[in-house]
Amino acid sequence: MSVLTGKRSWLRTALASPAIGRLGVIAAGLLIWEGLARTVLDPEFVSPPTRILQALVTRTLADPTVLRAIGTTFWELLLAFALAVLAGTAVGVLVGAGERISRTAYPLVLMLYAVPQVTVLPLFVMFFGLGPASKVAFGFTHGIFPIMVNVIAGMRDVSPLFLRSARSMGASRMQVLRHVVLPHLVPSFFAGMRLSVAMTLLGVILAELYASIDGVGYFAHLYSESFDPAPLYALIVVLALMAVLLNELARRAELRFTWRRR
Amino acid sequence: MRMQRLLGIFSSPKWIQAGFIAAVFVAWHVLTLSGRISSLFLPSPGAVYAALTQIVASGAVVQAIGTTLRTVLIAYVGAAVLGTTAGFAITRSQYLCRLLEPLLSGLFAIPLTLFFPLFLLFFGIGPGSKIAYGMTYAFFPIALNTISGVIHVDGKLIAAARSMGAPPHLLFRRVLLPGALPVILTGLRIGFFICFATVLGGETLSSISGLGHEVANSAQLMDSSRMFAWILVVIATSFCLVMLAGRLERLRGDLRGGESR
Repeated sequence: MSVLTGKRSWLRTALASPAIGRLGVIAAGLLIWEGLARTVLDPEFVSPPTRILQALVTRTLADPTVLRAIGTTFWELLLAFALAVLAGTAVGVLVGAGERISRTAYPLVLMLYAVPQVTVLPLFVMFFGLGPASKVAFGFTHGIFPIMVNVIAGMRDVSPLFLRSARSMGASRMQVLRHVVLPHLVPSFFAGMRLSVAMTLLGVILAELYASIDGVGYFAHLYSESFDPAPLYALIVVLALMAVLLNELARRAELRFTWRRR
Repeated sequence: MRMQRLLGIFSSPKWIQAGFIAAVFVAWHVLTLSGRISSLFLPSPGAVYAALTQIVASGAVVQAIGTTLRTVLIAYVGAAVLGTTAGFAITRSQYLCRLLEPLLSGLFAIPLTLFFPLFLLFFGIGPGSKIAYGMTYAFFPIALNTISGVIHVDGKLIAAARSMGAPPHLLFRRVLLPGALPVILTGLRIGFFICFATVLGGETLSSISGLGHEVANSAQLMDSSRMFAWILVVIATSFCLVMLAGRLERLRGDLRGGESR
């Protein structure tokens, strides 16, 4: 009897912890998916998770052309993101530094930010071709906005009190920028960077899906048009892992550089 | 003296912005006149204007905007209803909140565009796949904001209402909903623009009608003046939507100001 209650309380504590409960939810979801996919659902559209795993190992990871495509997409992503961070910070600091220029340019930036960029995607392909260049460019224009907007906003809301006291203590413009404005910028910069990771991914993947000759988008089209869902899901799993990895990196960087403020 | 005042007026942000847009158009005109850039990449403003009048006159613009907005509206209403309902349902229990909230925000961090081929596979190339795609994308910010709005309602207010014997539906209507509303509305606004951008994206990638389809189609036909005209239409549409959202928000602010008075 006591063994039984002991068992039950163990189960209860396990379920009471949200992290384990979450794993349970995921596992239950996968099980239901597996069951439905094996019985009711059309195999031309849905693959059970086990078959996706099999496709991931035997087809996606074993096929050098697919591997190369995944590698290409990864590099496109990293390059676009690095460029977006550099250019976004530079433009943001320049625009945010002056009162007049920020009042003039900030609404313009926000206005441009509001336009869904997908509409100019065909233009990017026309300018930069079907290769990786158009993906990097499109990822870049997606990724630069959150950083720019957050950097400008961060620079604008430095308390005037700090600026005045720094100036009254004889700090030069550069010193004010270095010791007052930039430290103040850190949290909003990292918030912008995390958004930027997601947006860069979105840009690169949109461009890949729109037109691609050697990237992931090509294979995604190939699989979905030939009603071959297992490798398509496997590809999505790989890309999702890439997204999670980049997101986690940005989150770690954020924690690392902002911990002192907590 | 007068000169200085004039200068003062023209250096105000509004004028500089207008000047910037004018300068872009002038630069565009000069660039195309110089003949350095192929008209395939950058058609002259005149050619774009001609294409614009043509698509407006043929009624294609109204039709495409209608298709896209209808798709967006259906997807958005679905996402708003599902998102707020799911959000409120999850916040009914603290355990569910801690269980599902990280799951939802984790899913939202994955670019759902990845799944667009699946939406095509399931719902076909018509508006159905865009509705489902837009709805899925907009669901997350709305549900997440609803959860965070309800969680951050002042616990003292809830305790006070409970101790005065408020039944659940009154607690919801008088405390939880008004307390969480600002955050929920932010989610609804973000959700709307995500929905709009997502539907446009879906139409651009693979579709048979709508604004995104028209842009992508003119691009595929290498008819760049027409493509630029359609891009201008999309930009104008999104500006109108942004302004409409701003207007609605101000209206709500005015109403609230009236209430508290």
